[in-house]
Amino acid sequence: MSDATVSWLSGPVLRARTSGRFHVSDAILVGEQQLLGEVIRVDAEGIVAQVYEDTTGLRPGDQVTSSSKPLSIRLRPGLLGNIYDGLLRPLVAMPGDTVQPGMREEAAAQLRYRPLAKRGDILRAGQIIGEFGSEGVADKHLVPPGTGGEVVSIADDGDYDDDQVLCVLRDDAGTETELSAGHYWPIRWPRPAARRLPPREPLVTGQRIMDTLFPVARGGRAALPGGFGTGKTILQESLAKWCDAEVIVYVGCGERGNEMAEVLNEFPTLEDPRSGKPLLDRTVIIANTSNMPVAAREASIYTGITVAEYFRDQGLHVALMADSTTRWAEALREISGRLGELPGEQGFPAYLSSRLAEFYERAAHVATLHGEEGSVTIIGAVSPPAGDFSEPVTSQTKRYVRCFWALDRDRAQARFFPAIHPLTSYSEDAEALARWWRARGNPDWTDHRRRILTLLEQRARLERMARIVGKDALPPRQQLTLLCADLINEGILRQSAFSSVDRYCSPERQTALVHVILHFVDRAEQALEHGVDLERVAEMPVLRRLQRASEEIPEEKVAQFQLLMARLDEEFDQLEKRQAHAR
Amino acid sequence: MRADFRIANAVERVEGPLLFLRRTVNVGLNEALQVIGCDGIERLGRVATLDEESVIVEVLEKTAGLGVKDTVVSMLGEPVCFDVGPNMLGRVFDSIGRPLDGDTPIPAMQRMRIDGMTINPARRALPRDFIETGITAIDLMNSLVRGQKLPLFSGGGLPHDRLATSIAQRARLRDSDSGEFAVVFVGIGVSHDVAEGFRSAMESSGALGHTVMFLNRADESSAQRLLAPRFALTAAEYLAFVESRHVLVIMTDMTNYCEALREVSASHGEIPGRKGFPGYMYSDLASLFERAGCLHGYDGTLTQLPILTLPGDDIGHPIPDLTGYITEGQIVLDRELDRRAVYPPINVLPSLSRLMDYGTGEGFTDADHPALASQLFAAYANARRVRVLASVMGQEGLSDNDRDYLAFGDAFEEKLINQPSARKLEESMAIGWEILGLLAESELTRLDNEQIIRHVRPEKAHA
Repeated sequence: MSDATVSWLSGPVLRARTSGRFHVSDAILVGEQQLLGEVIRVDAEGIVAQVYEDTTGLRPGDQVTSSSKPLSIRLRPGLLGNIYDGLLRPLVAMPGDTVQPGMREEAAAQLRYRPLAKRGDILRAGQIIGEFGSEGVADKHLVPPGTGGEVVSIADDGDYDDDQVLCVLRDDAGTETELSAGHYWPIRWPRPAARRLPPREPLVTGQRIMDTLFPVARGGRAALPGGFGTGKTILQESLAKWCDAEVIVYVGCGERGNEMAEVLNEFPTLEDPRSGKPLLDRTVIIANTSNMPVAAREASIYTGITVAEYFRDQGLHVALMADSTTRWAEALREISGRLGELPGEQGFPAYLSSRLAEFYERAAHVATLHGEEGSVTIIGAVSPPAGDFSEPVTSQTKRYVRCFWALDRDRAQARFFPAIHPLTSYSEDAEALARWWRARGNPDWTDHRRRILTLLEQRARLERMARIVGKDALPPRQQLTLLCADLINEGILRQSAFSSVDRYCSPERQTALVHVILHFVDRAEQALEHGVDLERVAEMPVLRRLQRASEEIPEEKVAQFQLLMARLDEEFDQLEKRQAHAR
Repeated sequence: MRADFRIANAVERVEGPLLFLRRTVNVGLNEALQVIGCDGIERLGRVATLDEESVIVEVLEKTAGLGVKDTVVSMLGEPVCFDVGPNMLGRVFDSIGRPLDGDTPIPAMQRMRIDGMTINPARRALPRDFIETGITAIDLMNSLVRGQKLPLFSGGGLPHDRLATSIAQRARLRDSDSGEFAVVFVGIGVSHDVAEGFRSAMESSGALGHTVMFLNRADESSAQRLLAPRFALTAAEYLAFVESRHVLVIMTDMTNYCEALREVSASHGEIPGRKGFPGYMYSDLASLFERAGCLHGYDGTLTQLPILTLPGDDIGHPIPDLTGYITEGQIVLDRELDRRAVYPPINVLPSLSRLMDYGTGEGFTDADHPALASQLFAAYANARRVRVLASVMGQEGLSDNDRDYLAFGDAFEEKLINQPSARKLEESMAIGWEILGLLAESELTRLDNEQIIRHVRPEKAHA
């Protein structure tokens, strides 16, 4: 413990004269209200620190105390299903309707504990001591990183307080460590794992344009850039709802308060398609809304990723949604400006790029310390000013992610959602994931993907040409390409987040849908070669059925795609027969 | 508790809006103070930066007439607050809450911080009550719900004031008559005639009795301009969460607010961001807009309708851009539609209401409302695309299908968007179904077969 006295104050930044030892990144408590802060600079006279709460009323002479520990959060069982602020303090448990400064973490209720290790066992960091709760997904009791040794004592089966000692370990040097249910971990330090594993499986999102065209691997990194109104938040929420991660960490960083209300309102009522339990039960929400203190916004991203790693270490697949990383970068800029640092591009500090790299590098597919497999996938929304992707945050983010889901304003304005532009987006994970699709019964996945992208590419080219010569002047073959590309847009890529049938699309249904639509493309091309008029093809009744198939054939009736396929063949057969007669 | 210390001879320097004081008393950051010059006028100030020797005070009103020797400072010992109380409706205030209508000050029931408090996101209730404004482009296409913040993006010379006034007069829930809303009007840097126009419009519709006005005139100081919306929102919060009313706050013109923010930031010597606006403009605007909403356990709600004129009609300018990232959608007025005498000249394509899906459809408005809106959007977007094609190569080069779209686009603007008088949602929907009849059935991909038979081709149902 060390003390200091405040000597200068401006907004969330203060200077203090020190008497004891202070280190960069130490957590501090300031003033009567014990506001939480963090040391950012140390020199001979004193420290510079940022305060994570409203500094109104602070004055020179106020006391600063340091814990001499880096800014840490307490990782503990029972995090799932709750909403926290940027420093992992529970918001639901808070009294009153407003966020008050000086909020303290509150002791959780009693926990049910079952020991799995016994006296005399030798446990290393990351190994399992016991487990908590009833049948919750997570909540294994693990030896925290950096500790280990022989079990000297361990609690019996039963109910315990959150802070009671459950197990005592003695290491080789004879030092004893008491372990309770939770442990502190500094938010800016990545948690260790045994080793990194290559990407193998996709994070199945249930969104066709992502899974089929631009998949992200478990442990991968994706960016979701888009101007305002392009549907970033709805898409992030759809991913949080339907992706097949076992735990979702949703970080609302500098965004709207009502969005948090949406999540809190909707998630308890929606059912996880895999476990059948409410979606909220697998979700941790970290909310630092745009009107909460700016400095804590900077910390909330790290808090989120640390919580995600905590679940990863229990052998779980975790998806982290960060909405939006631009607000986080702006918080960096604001603090940097108050410190008088030399600004880089557009006023962002020069270290923006390395901070982004540090954050995205914490996404990983790993073998955990006790040998299980776990992953953290990061999906970061980016809000570029005026939708301009060349601005610093978007362009720097692009360097560190493997998937780039670019949202397009024109598509959004036509209410074509998800508004991901198929020609400006990409995924570097696609090749590695083809094997997974093959194992799931779709050996043609790579081929389908390539054909869809080619058709859409051709459409863009032909559209430009049609603007000069007129659509009717294009040869029938090219007009057919336009028709097929439109069908792909309407029938495959468009997916309503609000439709109870189509908001989630399983890999099997995606495969069946893509299959039948590409079969239409084949048959239409063939029919054209056999001399059938393009207009006849455009008038086919089955076309409308195909456009609406994703909406009208639900998950449990995937077999109906076979009927649709048969119907399609039948209509083409008739067309061709009639054509043969006419000749 | 209010402490009151008067200090003379502490001022060392006056620089623009900043007052440099020797620190002779113990003040805290952000605390309010009165700065009294030799003229005896009290000016509101706020502690901006503090160290052991000195205090930098931001004077929130004009500093003309302040000197070093004869300025007295009086500490209030708390952040800037507004005394609110009953009987505020029907009154007119200046930007810092002093009555402008010559009447006595209101009885102070409660002292509330003008910065408001951060609403705990876990306490927010999701806004879901559909508000009928009588305007098709809003009700049908971009529905407004209670507790939403939905700005009007406009431009100089466009009828945003008329639109805002008519929304304020007509806004109501579908099953009620009217008069549900208390209106708080904030004129930020507006000219006298805008304020007067609003006042007389509200008066003529008999709505003045439930309207509070806050006026910051164009010739007042920039620092004061930053206070007007804060005082007004404090009053609105009191009306909504203490007096349990549904409050609609109209703020015009937010562009003036942002310009003032830039000016004040520059006078503080801060590092400028995009186009000279300070880097914290996003957080600053959020601290205003996020005060809209609904809370669990409270009957009242706070809905915001800020108006901003796009500088140079550029939607990518930092002011509309940052606003769009905070607010729940936007209603965009269009100069071309206005020139063609379409009223209201709302361009629905860049317009958006994010909360629409929560307040429309089965159980809220009409089960087919979302599908109809989605189909109209898709068709109109395509009609605009075809229009570009037609302008390049003439109508002859178009297919029949594309010509249908041209006709649809014209009907959409002239029959649906253009409206001589207010419409109920049902009337708006009926016109929507009717104009969709101009398109081939195969184009209606966002409607299911029953919806087509029921609404677009009713003759088929009889066949």
